[in-house]
Amino acid sequence: MSMFTSVIAPSTKYARKARLALSASSAALLAITLLPSVAVAQAWEPVKPVEFLIPAGAGGGADQMARFIQGVITKNKLMKQPMVVVNKSGGAGAEAFLDIKVSNRDPHKLVITLSNLFTTPLGTNIPFNWKEITPISMLALDQFILWVNAESEIKTPAEFIAAVKAGDDRKIKMGGTGSKQEDQIITVAIERLAAPKKITYIPYRGGGEVAVQLVGKHVDSTVNNPIEAVSQWRGNALRALCIFDSKRSTYTSKVTATMAWSDIPTCKEAGMNVEYQMLRGVFAAPGITPAQAAYYVDLFKRVSETADWKEFMEQGAFNQTQMSGDAFKAWLTAAEKTHYDLMKEAGFLAPGK
Amino acid sequence: MEELNALFGGFAVVMTPYNIMLMVIGILLGVIIGVLPGLGGANGVAILLPLTFSMPPTSAIIMLSCLYWGALFGGAITSILFNIPGEPWSVATTFDGHPMAQNGKADEALTIAFTSSFIGALFAVIVITFLAPLVAKFALKFGPAEFFAVQFLTFASFIGMGTGSPFKTIMAMCLGFALAAVGLDTITGQLRMTFDFIVLLKGFGFLVAVIGLFGIGEMLASMEEGLEFKGAQAKLRLDAVLRTWKTLPRYWATYLRSCLVGVWMGITPGGATPASFMSYGLARRFSKSPETFGKGNPEGIVGPETAAHAAGTAALLPMLTLGIPGSPTAAVLLGGLLIWGLQPGPLLFVEKPDFVWGLIASMYLGNLVGLIVVLTCVPAFAAILRVPFSIVAPVIMVVCAVGAYTVNNSMFDVWLMIIFGVMGYVFSKLKYPLAPLVLALVLGDTAESAFRQAMLSSQGSVSIFWANPLVTSIMGLGLVMLFWPAISWLLARFRRHRTPVPV
Repeated sequence: MSMFTSVIAPSTKYARKARLALSASSAALLAITLLPSVAVAQAWEPVKPVEFLIPAGAGGGADQMARFIQGVITKNKLMKQPMVVVNKSGGAGAEAFLDIKVSNRDPHKLVITLSNLFTTPLGTNIPFNWKEITPISMLALDQFILWVNAESEIKTPAEFIAAVKAGDDRKIKMGGTGSKQEDQIITVAIERLAAPKKITYIPYRGGGEVAVQLVGKHVDSTVNNPIEAVSQWRGNALRALCIFDSKRSTYTSKVTATMAWSDIPTCKEAGMNVEYQMLRGVFAAPGITPAQAAYYVDLFKRVSETADWKEFMEQGAFNQTQMSGDAFKAWLTAAEKTHYDLMKEAGFLAPGK
Repeated sequence: MEELNALFGGFAVVMTPYNIMLMVIGILLGVIIGVLPGLGGANGVAILLPLTFSMPPTSAIIMLSCLYWGALFGGAITSILFNIPGEPWSVATTFDGHPMAQNGKADEALTIAFTSSFIGALFAVIVITFLAPLVAKFALKFGPAEFFAVQFLTFASFIGMGTGSPFKTIMAMCLGFALAAVGLDTITGQLRMTFDFIVLLKGFGFLVAVIGLFGIGEMLASMEEGLEFKGAQAKLRLDAVLRTWKTLPRYWATYLRSCLVGVWMGITPGGATPASFMSYGLARRFSKSPETFGKGNPEGIVGPETAAHAAGTAALLPMLTLGIPGSPTAAVLLGGLLIWGLQPGPLLFVEKPDFVWGLIASMYLGNLVGLIVVLTCVPAFAAILRVPFSIVAPVIMVVCAVGAYTVNNSMFDVWLMIIFGVMGYVFSKLKYPLAPLVLALVLGDTAESAFRQAMLSSQGSVSIFWANPLVTSIMGLGLVMLFWPAISWLLARFRRHRTPVPV
């Protein structure tokens, strides 16, 4: 419900935000006074502005999240030093990753990641691997949904596969963001269910553009992130077929007139056995001290406790799984293997990988 | 009528002292950002964005959109005075704006630029006010083939512009395409022409190239010619604004054409940069004296400035109604909307009428405030040219270097800027035109992706470029533009054969 109340009555929303922010900061204060020994022994704080690199262009999903985090930190005064957001999108994000890789032991540099953390080095032979930098936290997992135009005859994932199988080869067009990245990896996974027929994948620059191309019927389907397509969905221009997660979304408030995120079936239960989620995480430079890493783990924990963050998560239907430390490293190792396998099968690996 | 009511509701929202104050702050910051090359509207908005999270969304967007208008105004100043385009869409303004300044008419050139910007924006806002829903639907008709057709039309309306050798034009354009191709190929996801140099991953930044080619190149040329600004002797006349205004109505046809081009390119979303180039090309093509272009023809300022501002303003429409940004700045504003808890898209007009109409009302007011601010400063801006070259030149060099660095926070870009500067100097010595190179550099990448997306979706059949009336007519227009010299020559011959018969 909160989404709708906030749409109708902005003034109450702000009042509630302010109250919650206040209570969150007083809770943090309490935590610090309760644990004096830990805080004194390991205290480290940034002593100059912290640079937050984005391995993608301005206006995209990672960019929105990074700038949102910057806003939350500024508004709630979670850090004494300012945070500076810098886009380094060159070479599908390689520019940002290589920048942080060479900033050895610099504790004032962070990078937000998306799937290109794995796909860019695997697909282009750029000398980079996530193990060369310091993992901080997983902030959330971003979802993918199979969308078709609202006027399409395809109503379920099974019908989608049937349509690919029944039509001429490459007749069904899938629009997506970038090439040999997450959207195309999912497309190839779907394609395998309809073998030997193929899907034509058309790469665009940004997710918002992809959603509009689907509304204009220039492509037949997309696998947009929820936040990229939600406004068109609410405007009854798109139809959501299924979500590529193992479980349905936990957000039960109505988004369109009749449906909530939780009403979208998982692709697996609807007869399309494909699962994929995208990491939204934060990494720091190699060689930073444990105290420095601990500071940032705590910082992002406090960010995720704010009311603003929770609202942002719901708006984009994010999976709110959070991790840090060894659990996060284990997750990353597994995710890298998955990407390697998926990209190997699709033939997307760079020569020599 | 319904729209008028809503609009006046919007004015009521905007007309608070707080909002007006934010508006003026936004315009002033925007002008500064527009003047500094490299910083750019998108960066300026992005830097200020987090500061606005504690403001009400309407006030926040008023300030940020005013910053955007300010940047659009400001981009013209350095283009005209120093031949340094602060923003990509100001490149076309330098072609005639700078020669005018060199002829001692800097004040007139600035007045023309600012007034044209205002007229373009006003036209676009009126279109947004009354035709928003209709126009939004039109943007949906643009797929890859249509986008390519638009790019083709831009190139076609610009080609054959140079008075020099057509072979030199083609060479310059090819070099531009080659530079644009460096970096990641978005269609295959592979790196191209980076030769394993990590600094080349991101390709050649348009702004870095332009700052070097135009700004540094111009400085080098000025140094050779005797360490002073041409046009420095210009008298400062305070009546410049009124005097110039009297001359403007005669360019009504250029205004109308540029407004239409600008609004169209803003909505589709082609963006302000192609709009300014296309409009300059058209102004020259339809002019009675095309040979005066590039030497200080006022129409050469009217065209690109009107179109760029119309496009920049119209670009906010697809952002609000469809959630697709029509320009990089609009993309950052779009992120802002989401963060303020607003969902751009078909329902925004219904759910948040206060916000939408407040924003539209602020476009009228913001542009008016902007025009007044920049026009009052015209004598001051023009006076900069009277400062001795030996003082201004180092300042400009530093500002250029800082600008080039800011684009990507990369020192390599500063070296690149100097290399481009030398290249710009050599180009002008050898009489190679810079405009085609810049055009190819800025549009080459997007034109290439649009073409290849179209080819993918038609599975390799070129018939997609005449598959529907819309794309056919744009391509047709492009072909007419491309072959216009040949066509006009044929027409002239045809007439000559016909008329002199009765002897």
